[in-house]
Amino acid sequence: MPKLEIDGREVTVEDGLNLIQAAERLEIEVPHYCYHPGLSISGNCRMCLVEIEKMPKLQIACNTRVTEGMVVKTTSPKVKAAQAAVLEFLLINHPIDCPICDQAGECKLQDYYMDYGVYRSRFPLQEKVEKRKVVDLGPQVVLDQERCILCARCTRFLDEVTKTSELGIFARGDRCYIDLFPGKRLDNLYSGNVVDVCPVGALTSKDFRFKARVWYLEKTESICTLCANGCNIDIYHRRGQMYRFRPRSNPDVNQYWMCDEGRLWYKELQKESRILRPLVRGEQDFAAVSWDDAVDRVVSRLTHIKEEHGAGAIAGIIGAKATNEEVYLFSRLLTEHVGTELVAGLSWSPANASHDDFLIKADKNPNTHGLRALGLLNGGVSAADVLAAAEKGTVKVLLIFAEDLVPACGPEKLEAALGNVEVVVFDTDYSGTTEYADTVLPIGTAPETDGTFTNYAGRVQRIRPAFAPPGEAKPGWEVLSHLGVKCGGTDYLSSSEVFAELANKSPASAGLTYSKLGSHGVQLPEGEQSAKPATT
Amino acid sequence: MSERVLLRHLDVPNIRKLDVYLAQGGYEAARKALTTLKPEEVTEQVKASNLRGRGGAGFVAGMKWGFLPKDSPKPVYLCCNADESEPGTFKDRAIIEWNTHILLEGILIAAYAIKSHTAYIYIRGEFALGAKHLEEAIAEAYAKGFLGKNIFGIGYDLDVYVHRGAGAYICGEETGLIESLEGKRAYPRIKPPFPAVYGLFGSPTIVQNVETLSCVPSIMKNGPAWFKAIGPETGPGPKIYCVSGHVEKPGLYELPMGMPLRAVIYDYAGGIRGGKKLKAVMPAGSSFPVLRPDEIDVNMDFDSMRKINAFLGTAGIIVMDEDTCMVRALEIVDRFYHHESCGQCSPCREGTGWLHKLLVRLEEGNGQAEDIDLMNKISDNMMGNTVCVLADAAAMPTQSYISKFRDEFLAHVTLGRCPLKKNGATHQHAA
Repeated sequence: MPKLEIDGREVTVEDGLNLIQAAERLEIEVPHYCYHPGLSISGNCRMCLVEIEKMPKLQIACNTRVTEGMVVKTTSPKVKAAQAAVLEFLLINHPIDCPICDQAGECKLQDYYMDYGVYRSRFPLQEKVEKRKVVDLGPQVVLDQERCILCARCTRFLDEVTKTSELGIFARGDRCYIDLFPGKRLDNLYSGNVVDVCPVGALTSKDFRFKARVWYLEKTESICTLCANGCNIDIYHRRGQMYRFRPRSNPDVNQYWMCDEGRLWYKELQKESRILRPLVRGEQDFAAVSWDDAVDRVVSRLTHIKEEHGAGAIAGIIGAKATNEEVYLFSRLLTEHVGTELVAGLSWSPANASHDDFLIKADKNPNTHGLRALGLLNGGVSAADVLAAAEKGTVKVLLIFAEDLVPACGPEKLEAALGNVEVVVFDTDYSGTTEYADTVLPIGTAPETDGTFTNYAGRVQRIRPAFAPPGEAKPGWEVLSHLGVKCGGTDYLSSSEVFAELANKSPASAGLTYSKLGSHGVQLPEGEQSAKPATT
Repeated sequence: MSERVLLRHLDVPNIRKLDVYLAQGGYEAARKALTTLKPEEVTEQVKASNLRGRGGAGFVAGMKWGFLPKDSPKPVYLCCNADESEPGTFKDRAIIEWNTHILLEGILIAAYAIKSHTAYIYIRGEFALGAKHLEEAIAEAYAKGFLGKNIFGIGYDLDVYVHRGAGAYICGEETGLIESLEGKRAYPRIKPPFPAVYGLFGSPTIVQNVETLSCVPSIMKNGPAWFKAIGPETGPGPKIYCVSGHVEKPGLYELPMGMPLRAVIYDYAGGIRGGKKLKAVMPAGSSFPVLRPDEIDVNMDFDSMRKINAFLGTAGIIVMDEDTCMVRALEIVDRFYHHESCGQCSPCREGTGWLHKLLVRLEEGNGQAEDIDLMNKISDNMMGNTVCVLADAAAMPTQSYISKFRDEFLAHVTLGRCPLKKNGATHQHAA
């Protein structure tokens, strides 16, 4: 653990860190373009030059490892002059087209220019090197060669992370440009990440560009729900509308990356098919009702059926798209308050689901592990058992939470099972299953809900509501808590209360709270994650 | 120094042929080194000779060999840098083309010293004849058992490969050369690690210039003391001076290290062409400061040159007479660096082009006085701030031209044209 001094302050850090990382520990930002913690060191931009005692020349912080007793200056006049010079070099051939550039507002050229710039052009406009603009690289990415500062982050990402090497640097000197190798397209499963690593407006996202100025967008930490990997993301949104997902770094889950499919997943979460109000089936079609009416109706039906046919006539199926909190409350509602044993978890993915050996998992559910840990996928009652009971006519009311059973179970089987059953669906969108519903309770999507998912590896991670669900929809845990109260259960004020309670049911997660989960989640110890919710 | 070593082909015709080379005692130095000395002892002798690298930097060769890790499980590579591209420099080419076996013998001895079994000769692509002669000489050496398996019966193997470059100055930078040899873009590597530790294919590697390696057989043959007695002790040996430009007899001159620059120009190269006056000399190729006529009483060796803030470089001596426009001359120099900058580091990629554009403007009579200071400032901002020294190689001549010929630069501004053109026309610029 070498001890060194940066800008007059002492810091002790692990061996092997570079000076950019060491300075970060003191919350000192050493400006940089080409350095990226997830890529190899290139050392080409020269923006991170710092002064090190006993060294005659300025050194690049990215390629300088900490050593004991090192004395580093990041803001000395010599360093400031070098930073201003590098910025001037980077800008002389840059088109400076910020007003029409999509990167504006999150551009490192803009940011550092404000901090270190020369503020006076010494280079005539007509002498700028001209290069190609609006180069179509692939389905996700567009290139502007004039804005490029040739930091080589994109080429290193494609060489080192995807190992697909679609892009290269061509020509020499100030004629250098990024381009596709002949015959290639930038069309791999992770291509969108080059847009994130690009520090300037050279690589922009076809999906996001020109949709919004980034300074109008809010950012909320979340988890991608497209598969069981649980990549950490930021949701960029405004007024209940999502504009993009970007990966948020988590060294234990997704490093700095996410797949293109996940990146575009936000679109699936704000489709026209969202259910906006509680619905009950009328003579012809659904009729919108108030939440009170809908909940009262469900509770009275549950009470009535239980009185008439016993608790065994009531059953529930919950999908692995539900949060741990929702699974816990759903399970408690049925097993504890209603008293039925017919509660099944369902984790369904298409047979040909995409997967690879990096981030993409064939399990297309964010919470299969959580469902299992809460005892609903452990070889007890299965969704097939519940449907068989329904088909036999012993089940009279079925609660279906966050799963479309049509693709999962097949339309014929569903028709046979649900034909004569009263169905209550809790879901975000209209689906094949809502066709069978007598009552529909609209719930929030992951970006609208507070809760946790447990990823494939057993890491419990937090999702946070970016905005309220649309229309009258409510977060699922709130709906379940409300129903629970009506059936004589606890009234939870927040999902964090639910989590603290469910965490304490298992020794593996005992004592866990939302604040302990932090931004990166907590890995549960292997082998002891399973605990049935108390049914006493 | 009685007889030429490096340019021996001028005295012995056809010495590039193995039988002629052998008749002159060829490969005896290698035989002596390999059969009587341990590799470490060869390195010691080369170190003791104070042989310094002839590629321009002047690093002590034997010391560099000593930086190789002692117990690395990886193979060690020797790379002969034959990518001679420095403007005004054409010495390696002569050795490669016409004294080919002395280079191969040098490679054999050096490879043995550093325990390498694979050597690459990275030759400038334009040197087609050199590559052909090298291939012929290598074939001869394999046939006679000087290369290949069990050389001199001591169980030592060495393979030598010729790799032709594709035409980029930066491939002569040793780590750019390594990248290029690996089949990649010749972006120089950040150092450390140095090639001796992490070089070709990630293995310990020594990169050495043609002329440096060609000095090694004579050291083995005559001993370090003999070598050290040729010129200054701290950087001795035979040296090829490349004289070009406005002299009566441009060409290559093999003389002891440390010859007075004035003597090389006036006594050997016959003085300034047509009896004109000397205006400027670039004594070290184009990458180092220019000298005025009052600065040429200096000895051409690494240390003496440093004392007057100049460099020996490749000893590519570019002589300019009184009719030379210094703005135009610098414009040509900086056009070269603009063309050859690999484009990796921001200051060099952008700075070389900026300098060149300012010079074109100045030379065309459209410059302003502040452009001259701006060029100085740009050079300051480039120097020492990049991965390799190409930025310095553009900045150093720029700053020296400006400081030593400032009046001429200013005259271009005040007259609005080149003062050396009597009819008022400006120079024609190549596209």
